[in-house]
Amino acid sequence: MSWTGKQRNILDFTLSSLLRRKGRNAALIVVYAFVVFLLASVVFLAQSIKEEAQAVLREAPEIVVQRLVAGRHDLIPETYIDRIRGIPGVASVKARLWGYYYEPLSGANYTVIADENFPYGKRTVVIGNGVARHLPPLVGKTMPMRTYSGSYLFMRIRETLSSESELVSSDLVLMSVDDFRELFRIPAGVGTDLVLSVRNPREVATVAGKIVEVLPDTRPITRAEVLRTYDAVFDWRGGMIVANLIGALMAFVIFAWDKATGLSAEERREIGILKGLGWETSDVILMKFWEGVVVSLSSFFLGVILAYVHVFFASATLFESALKGWSVLYPNFRLKPVITPYLVSVLFFLTVVPYTFATVVPSWRAATTDPDAVMRA
Amino acid sequence: MIYHPGVMALLLGSTLTSLMLLYSGYWGLAIVRGFDIRSGSERQLRLERRTYLVSTVVAYAFGFQLLSFFLFLFTADLIHPLFPGAMCAAGVLNVNRFGYPALLLKCVNFLLAGMWLILNAADNRGFDYPLVRKKYLFLLAVIPLVLAEAAVQALFFLGLDPGVITSCCGALFSRERSGVPDWLGGAPPLISLAGFYLGVAACLGAGLHYRKHGKGGYLFSLASVASFLLSAVALVSVISLYVYELPSHRCPFCLLHGEYGYVGYLLYAGLLGGGVTGAGVGLLTPFRKVESLAATLPSMQGRLARATMALYLLFAAVSTLEILLSGLRMELS
Amino acid sequence: MARIELKEVRKVFHAGKPNEFCALDGITAAIEPGRTTVLKGPSGSGKTTLLSILGCMTRPTSGRIFLGGREISSLPERFLTEIRRKTFGFIFQQFHLVKGLTALENVMVPAYPLGEKREALRDRAMGLLDLLEVGHRARTNVEWLSGGEMQRVAIARALINDPATLIADEPTAHLDSRLSREFMGIVRRLGNGGKTVIIASHDPIVYESDCVRDVLPMRDGKVLGEETR
Repeated sequence: MSWTGKQRNILDFTLSSLLRRKGRNAALIVVYAFVVFLLASVVFLAQSIKEEAQAVLREAPEIVVQRLVAGRHDLIPETYIDRIRGIPGVASVKARLWGYYYEPLSGANYTVIADENFPYGKRTVVIGNGVARHLPPLVGKTMPMRTYSGSYLFMRIRETLSSESELVSSDLVLMSVDDFRELFRIPAGVGTDLVLSVRNPREVATVAGKIVEVLPDTRPITRAEVLRTYDAVFDWRGGMIVANLIGALMAFVIFAWDKATGLSAEERREIGILKGLGWETSDVILMKFWEGVVVSLSSFFLGVILAYVHVFFASATLFESALKGWSVLYPNFRLKPVITPYLVSVLFFLTVVPYTFATVVPSWRAATTDPDAVMRA
Repeated sequence: MIYHPGVMALLLGSTLTSLMLLYSGYWGLAIVRGFDIRSGSERQLRLERRTYLVSTVVAYAFGFQLLSFFLFLFTADLIHPLFPGAMCAAGVLNVNRFGYPALLLKCVNFLLAGMWLILNAADNRGFDYPLVRKKYLFLLAVIPLVLAEAAVQALFFLGLDPGVITSCCGALFSRERSGVPDWLGGAPPLISLAGFYLGVAACLGAGLHYRKHGKGGYLFSLASVASFLLSAVALVSVISLYVYELPSHRCPFCLLHGEYGYVGYLLYAGLLGGGVTGAGVGLLTPFRKVESLAATLPSMQGRLARATMALYLLFAAVSTLEILLSGLRMELS
Repeated sequence: MARIELKEVRKVFHAGKPNEFCALDGITAAIEPGRTTVLKGPSGSGKTTLLSILGCMTRPTSGRIFLGGREISSLPERFLTEIRRKTFGFIFQQFHLVKGLTALENVMVPAYPLGEKREALRDRAMGLLDLLEVGHRARTNVEWLSGGEMQRVAIARALINDPATLIADEPTAHLDSRLSREFMGIVRRLGNGGKTVIIASHDPIVYESDCVRDVLPMRDGKVLGEETR
């Protein structure tokens, strides 16, 4: 007479009992799994994008210095470079030239970057996949770009960036520094912003502070701040969707409660028989517990596996737009599968806990059926 | 802040647990007022059936309390990049004044729920429900604490302001500060290590004496509580240093990270588990004279004592192993 | 084997409500161990309720019950069930076998909460089915059994925990005369083996059977006397 033996016996009986009522239990498992699927999809997608963004941002410069004019971002003079180089702790400073170009024919915004070491010379560009996909069809190998002076530059497309880097390069247009300055009418001696690297990573905040002191019209942005913001945005977005799914969750809870309460006459009779045969209330409650475990685990695994497939093989078609943001130039990228014990616990809390609490009272009510009643049946 | 899925899961879980416990508290009150084992009336039979519901609910709540304790720590840990100055859960909990109280309440409620379940198991052995009133009064006393925990946790998460600069565990648990976490970390290493081993030894000694002679339940329980506190202090102020191999990194939370082999789980399992069972022995001792329990209670207490000793030994063994295998060599003074 | 004593036992259903109904009205009686007793009476006389109370399935509204000298009237359900499991085996009027399970599994069900090893339990169950000559139907689902076979499986199930007392409620209600006589034959065998048997029935084949020692006639919730043979 052992504890494990008892659990085994009761679990056995529970399984056979569930299989005897396949129809009803199948309906419950389907709904349950669907709820898990929805929540898990959101959570996996959010987590995966976050990690992808983090991986990408790891390559970002430690500090970016922007110049402000009345609170708005303005061009920054290259003379600032020497002032910053003088600050102790700064390893290197460099100016960057980049901006946004709006293409009216496709309605897309390109990110244009001037590369100091652009290999292909004047009037040529290297473009990203998203740009390539949205080029007006008649153009072919040449891309016309309208300068801020009103004239047109006819840029030859030399290369398209690989799809491996699509997440970051989709909307890029790379060109030489001279072409850039001509396109946007930016004179020499100014850049879009400055990027620095710091000798000791722990000193980043201090250096940022000193920059503001030395150059009061600038705004240094640290990589940590950027990472934090991205994290917050994806958390927030993911959370918004989950919050919207609370409605579905509640419907599921009510359904589960209703099913547990509306025990069929057959089930009630069976429990009465068990009680009559010498099963205690606690034994029946134990049986109901195992029932809950079997149903929850099957639905949970089913939902999580389907969500995994949905997100990582079908690119989360249902939730893409809400999480990735709106844009014409969507990168097509394969998300890296990520599934951690933490995520699984969170999903567990969001689904199994409400289910359990919804079924506690109905299970108890069923378990306390009077054995006496079976004598009179 | 509230929109993080982990936070929502915790808030949902604690709300549901509170609601269920309130519901069972309502019935607990009815039971305290109207329970009469000698009566065969239908009301009495219905009340007896209700006791099953309450036990089941508390058992589930206990399980979820334990899970939510770890989930809470993990969530706090995960969101630490959002708060300047925080490097792990310790910093996040310090962002507003509800963080550590929430954790403390979670811990306390876990222990209380465990003790209630032990009391319930004992009561069930007695053929006349001898402890029923005391048991439900105990439950009614615990319920406000659970509600408080849910409220404090909610206030904590609602009040998380990423603009507030917080400290990391190195600063929080250091020897120089004074405040909530500091009597945990501020103890000088040699004394707290000595205290820890003495505590475990005392507990083991009292336990063996208790099992041999069947007397001294209170003493054993006291020893186990003392051991619990001493072990907790030692964990933060000494043992964690060896795990992290850094003389300044005193933190009870980073132990749960994968980079340290998740050793924190073993340690906390030993510590918290032993805390519950040890307290349980003391809780049951006053009822040994009750007629219906006289036969079964001693063996139950015996098993609890054995469990306590085993769990504390686990804690001590894992800690000692970490200290011996650690790359850190400290001059303990 | 223990003597069951009832003192002034009353059982009231729906007390205080408009449909309040008194099933047993002050029963004082005793069931002697090792003998076969029949509760005789028409339907509505309280036989089934009395069986329920004797078999520790319900608690009386008032009055006392003693099992082997120990009072069990105010025991909580948990202990009552434990006693019932060890002391009593039930055969219900409708058999109440679990549909969808085989005969063998049905016999094993009452022993599941005891945590016994399945192989040992299975052997014991087979032994009982063989004893009652339905061993060949062990692996058949109970829906496919004949009335007589179901009755034997029900008896086997009642015996799985080796109880001292067997309780049967109108066991011959759904059986023809031949099967009813067969049933009483089995009762005789069990009685000779030392078991106490309590049967509620208004079937003459039952209460006039020669293996029956005591007959307690009942009417309107009261025991009218005691006939011993």
